[in-house]
Amino acid sequence: MPKKHLHDKFSNKRIIARLDIKGGNVVKPVHTEALRIVGKPRERAELYYKQGIDEIVYMDIVASLYGRNLDFDLLRSVAENIFVPLTVGGGIRTIKDINEALRSGADKVAINTYAIGNPNFLEKAIHEFGSQCIVLSIEAKKQANGHWEAYTDGGRERTGVDVVEWARQGIKRGVGELLITSIDRDGTRQGYDLDLIKRISSLSPIPVIAYGGAGKPEDMGEVIKKARADAVAAASIFHYDLCSVREIKKHLNSIGVYTRTL
Amino acid sequence: MSKKKISPNIVIVDYGVGNLHSLCQAFKHSGIVPLVTYDPETIKRSDAVVLPGVGSFEAGMCGLKKRKLIDTIVTASINQKPILGICLGAQVMLDVGYEFGTFNGLGLIPGKVIRFPKLNSEKIPHVGWNSVYKPTHISWKGTILQGLKNEFETYFVHSYVLVPSDKKYIYGLTSYGGHEFCSVIKKGNTYGCQFHPEKSGPMGLSIIDRFIKSI
Repeated sequence: MPKKHLHDKFSNKRIIARLDIKGGNVVKPVHTEALRIVGKPRERAELYYKQGIDEIVYMDIVASLYGRNLDFDLLRSVAENIFVPLTVGGGIRTIKDINEALRSGADKVAINTYAIGNPNFLEKAIHEFGSQCIVLSIEAKKQANGHWEAYTDGGRERTGVDVVEWARQGIKRGVGELLITSIDRDGTRQGYDLDLIKRISSLSPIPVIAYGGAGKPEDMGEVIKKARADAVAAASIFHYDLCSVREIKKHLNSIGVYTRTL
Repeated sequence: MSKKKISPNIVIVDYGVGNLHSLCQAFKHSGIVPLVTYDPETIKRSDAVVLPGVGSFEAGMCGLKKRKLIDTIVTASINQKPILGICLGAQVMLDVGYEFGTFNGLGLIPGKVIRFPKLNSEKIPHVGWNSVYKPTHISWKGTILQGLKNEFETYFVHSYVLVPSDKKYIYGLTSYGGHEFCSVIKKGNTYGCQFHPEKSGPMGLSIIDRFIKSI
């Protein structure tokens, strides 16, 4: 679809590549459990930047689990030639951590595990860095009763917290964006959990990033159109070169979803 | 870059808020290694000043006050030293901000910073790539935007907007959710952009390059 009046158009949707980091490698979990090594973070990030990705999410998936900090040196080297926004998560639990991340290449930070046990930390972080800098990352797993439960530590630990309730709380506390991961769909390439994303976006006045399950451009179009995601994140599509950023944009534009012009 | 002046001395002000690494890298991409500092003397000696900013208005102004940088920056602006404020760095250039209370800004450019008005169709914060276009009453000739297309896309992430008191300070506009807001301010050699040039791909890098060349 041609852009008629650029400045009257609906807002652009973002296409985000997600890098899960473990032991200095980019890995791809399936249902956040089994891991495959995909490559080196710096190489991958630069490749996706050059392909025209709109944004990158960088997650140290074991930092919280081992109670340690992000590897800020690694982050610094990954961020060196990336001139699109970088959201960084993994083991963030103090204002100092956020500052250090911002000084090492992060533009925004994603918080999950620590916030669940210490929700007041969200307010503190927002007061210091502004809403727009703080992304609440929620890992959701569907339960037998049809609800979703929030997990932490890269999908390992149950929390007993209801995902919808937690999203509401995060919004109330002032976070700037929600990154919603479907643990059930992660790595399956069977499409996003549309019910989950729809449930969250219907109550959210802030942007919702959908993650988990994308295998083709059509999946992204679907979660934007049917579940009203504001941004789509994917890993396998990019890691295994299932299709290019350009192809994704072409598809989205063809169904009337605008994206940044490459 | 002109041949006479190979490497201008650019400082990035470290006032406690800001994606400093990202910003440094963007300048390095243009062949300049900026100095990250909060030392007033170093800032006074510089050829150009960059005010980064990822943070709240209050945190930004407190950070400047704590490091005793307010006078230094105001003086630099009055002396026509090139200054580039980015996002919060642009917001603190105005007189007053209303994030988490009412706070005085640097007052380099008359105006205020208010929360996005309630939008019908779009979400706040405004996050993502959007167009910056030239206001009809303004020419970009002789500014760091000279030579750019009259409309280009950059990356935004903000909940508050710049409201200069006079449209003569508005050098770029952006529309979101039907609301048109100021995305570039300028007065003399003091520039502020609401978007993040350091995170706007090749387009953003070209703006940083133009700023360097203007020094």
